[in-house]
Amino acid sequence: MVDAAHEIKIALAGNPNSGKTSIFNCLTGAHQRVANFPGVTVEKRIGHKKYKGHDITFIDLPGTYSLTAYSLDEKVARDFIINEKPDLIINVIDSGNLERSLYLTTQLMEMGVNLVIDLNMWDEAVENGIEIDTEKMSLLLRAPVVKTIANRNQGIDKLLDACVDLYTCGCRDGISPPISYGSQLDDIVTGLTHHVKRCPGCRGCHNPRWMAIKLLEGDKEITSRYLTGKEAYDMLSGKVNESLKHIKSTTEQDPEIVITEGRYGYVAGIIREVMRRSEIDRMKISNQVDQLLTHKILGYPIFLILMWLIFQATFRIGEYPMHWIEAGVSALQDIMVSILPKGIWADMIVDGIIGGVGSVIVFLPNIVILFLGISLLEDSGYMSRAAFLMDRPMHFMGLHGKSFIPLLMGFGCAVPAIMSTRTLESQRDRILTTLLTPFMSCSARLPVYILFAGAFFGIHAGNVIFSIYLLGIATAVVLGKVFKKTILSGEDIPFVMELPPYRWPTVRSVLIHMWERTQIYLRKMGGVILIASIILWALGYFPRKETFDVDYDAMIIQAEQSALPDKDETIASLKAEQASEILGYSYIGRLGSAIEPFVTPIGFNWQMGVSLITGFVAKEVVVSSMGVLYQLGADIDEKSNSLIAALQDPEKGITPLVAYAFMVFVLLYTPCIVSILAIRREIGMRWMWFAVVFQLILAWLAAFIIYQGGRLIGLG
Amino acid sequence: MGETMNLGQLKPGQKGRVIRVGGYGAIRRRLYDLGLHSGETVQMIKAAPLKDPLEISFGNGHISIRRSEAALVFVDPVTE
Repeated sequence: MVDAAHEIKIALAGNPNSGKTSIFNCLTGAHQRVANFPGVTVEKRIGHKKYKGHDITFIDLPGTYSLTAYSLDEKVARDFIINEKPDLIINVIDSGNLERSLYLTTQLMEMGVNLVIDLNMWDEAVENGIEIDTEKMSLLLRAPVVKTIANRNQGIDKLLDACVDLYTCGCRDGISPPISYGSQLDDIVTGLTHHVKRCPGCRGCHNPRWMAIKLLEGDKEITSRYLTGKEAYDMLSGKVNESLKHIKSTTEQDPEIVITEGRYGYVAGIIREVMRRSEIDRMKISNQVDQLLTHKILGYPIFLILMWLIFQATFRIGEYPMHWIEAGVSALQDIMVSILPKGIWADMIVDGIIGGVGSVIVFLPNIVILFLGISLLEDSGYMSRAAFLMDRPMHFMGLHGKSFIPLLMGFGCAVPAIMSTRTLESQRDRILTTLLTPFMSCSARLPVYILFAGAFFGIHAGNVIFSIYLLGIATAVVLGKVFKKTILSGEDIPFVMELPPYRWPTVRSVLIHMWERTQIYLRKMGGVILIASIILWALGYFPRKETFDVDYDAMIIQAEQSALPDKDETIASLKAEQASEILGYSYIGRLGSAIEPFVTPIGFNWQMGVSLITGFVAKEVVVSSMGVLYQLGADIDEKSNSLIAALQDPEKGITPLVAYAFMVFVLLYTPCIVSILAIRREIGMRWMWFAVVFQLILAWLAAFIIYQGGRLIGLG
Repeated sequence: MGETMNLGQLKPGQKGRVIRVGGYGAIRRRLYDLGLHSGETVQMIKAAPLKDPLEISFGNGHISIRRSEAALVFVDPVTE
C-alpha cells in the first residue's frame, strides 16, 4: 500500500449528457456542495466519500466534448486538470456513444493523467444492441474500465474499487499509450517532442509529447503558459513552422484539422477493436415520443402547456407556502413585540432582522418548485427539445432557445428566473438573458399597475396594463439586438446541441438538483439579502424624529380616552400622519426629497420619488409607501379606495399621463435588491452595476419622453 | 453518389457523407468536437417547425444545428 493515509483527489470528466453528474451523485450522496471555479461563474461540485480507509474528494468538472479551451467550460476543466493535478480522473462515457466520448478520452490520455474509464448507461447500450469488450478496451487504453448504470446505482462500488486500486498500486503516472495519428504525423510529433524535451524554457511542462501536439495545433494559451523566455520561442518556433509547413504541403489542410482527423482515426481504430453492434433501431420509443413533442403543429401547443404548468406551479402553488411564511413571520414579529421592551433594539429585531429574514425565505417556495420543474425538463431530455422549438424566435433577439425559460419565469419573479440562466451553456447567452429578464414585468410590479391604471384609466385599465407588459417585451427584443451588436458582440458560439434520448428522471437526481439550488440561494445570497434588508430598514428608520410638528402621542392618548363616535378613525389618521412624518424625516425620505429635481422633469411628485426608492426593497412596497406618504397608514393595498381617491386629488398633480409615465418607470427601473444580488451571483459585480445604472437611466429617459412628449402633443 | 451539397440541403431521411467542414475557429472546432469529421455519415432527421434549426443524427446521437452552421458542412449524399 502506498499513500494509504493520503486524501485522494478525483476529478470527473466527460461529455454533457454522459450521466457524469448522476455518477457524481452516486459516489458522494448528500455529501456535496457547489462552489464556483475561481474567477468564473462555472459551477464546481465538490463531494466527499470515505471508502476502504481512504478520504476521497470528488470534483465534478463541467461537461465538455473536448479540451481545446475555445469555450469557458473547456478552459475551466483543462485549467483544473493542469493546476490542481488530481490524483485520478474518472472519465464518464455514454456507452451508447463511444465515438464522441473517446474523442475526449484521447485528449485526457495525452495530458498524461491517470484515467479510470467509466462506461455509463451500460443498460441503454445493451438495449440498443451495442456490445463492448471491456477487457480489450482496458488493454488498449491501458486504464481500468468499469461498467456502471448510474440511474440504478449499479457498478458504483466497482468504480470506487478501480480508483482505489489504481491509486494504491503504485503503477500510476505516464501509463497512457501515445495516441497514434498515422505514421507520417507521428514522425513529426516525435521529432518535435525531442526538441521540446531539450528546450530549457519549457517550464513545468511535464509532458513533452502533449506540448508538441499543442504547438502543432496552434494552442496559444498552452504554449504561452509553458514556453517562457525568448530563447524558448526562438529555439522551437523554427522547428514548429517547418513541421507545420510540411503538414500543409503534404495534406493541403490546416494542421489543426489534420490532428483532429487523426484523433478520430485513432478512436475509430479502438472502436473497431472493442465494439460490436447489431442493427437495432436504438431510439425507437424515444423517436416516437419525439415525433409528438416536436410535431409541426402540436409541438408548440404542448410546449406552451408545459410552460404554463410550470409557471402556474411555481407562482400559484408557490403562493400558498409563501402566505404561510408571511403569516409565520408576522406572527413571530407580534410575539417579539409583546415580549421585548419597546425601543430601537426591539424595532431592529422585529422589523429589521425578522423582517429581513422573512424577505429572504419568502422566495424559497418559488425557487424550489421552479427547479423541480427545470430538473424534470432537463433530466427527461425535453429541455433540449424546448430549445430546439424556441431557437428560431429566440435567435431573433440574439438569444438561445433555452433562454425562453428564464424569460418566461421573469413574469413571475426575476429571482428564480435569473438563477435559472444556469441552464445556458455559453457565458454570453447567460449574461444577455440575465440582463433582459428584468424587463419581463414581474408579479410584484402588478399591484403598482393595478393601483395607477385603476385610478386613472377606469375601464381601460386592463388594456393599459397589457400595454405595459408588451412594452417590457418590446424593450427586451430591441435591447437584445442592441446589446448583441455592442457590449456583447463577438463571434457566436454555434448553437450545436445534443438532443439526448428521452429518459425517465430519477427522484434522486431531481431532489439533489432542487436541494442544490435552495442551498445556493440560502447560503450564497441569503446573508447578503439579509444585510441589505437591514440596511434599507435602517435608512427608513433613522434618524429618529424625537419632536413632531404636533404631539401625536398625546393626541392619540387623548382620543383613546375620549368618547367620540369616530374615535378609531381619528386614532388611525393620527397614527398615519405620524408615520408619514417619520418616513419623511428618515434618510430614505430625505433622499426622496433630494431627488425631487430629478423626478420633476418626468412629472413625479416627491411622494412618488420616495416610494420608488422604497421599491428598491421589493416593487410591491411602492404601493404601501404611497399609503404611508399619503397619510393613510401602511396597511394599504392597490384596491384601497382611499388611496385611489388621494392619488386622484387634483392638488397632487397626477394626471393620466403622469400615471402612465410612472408605470413605465416602475417597469423599467432598477430591479429589487434580491434580483440585483441574483444578477451579481450569476454574472458578477460589473454586470450588476451595469444593470442597475443602465435600467435607471433607461427608465428615466422613457418616462421623460412619455411625460414631456405627451405634454407637447397636448395630453395631460 | 450525387453532387456535393451542404448539410442543410439534405432532405429529411436522406444520408450524406461528410467531405469537409468549413468555417474557422470556434465554430469549426465545435463541429469537429461534436463528431462532424470527414468520413462520418450523417442523416437529416427533420427541421424544427419554424424551419430552423435542424435535427441531424450521426454516430449514435441526435444533434440540433442551425442552418447557418449546417451550411459549413459539405456532404456527398449517400443513396442506399
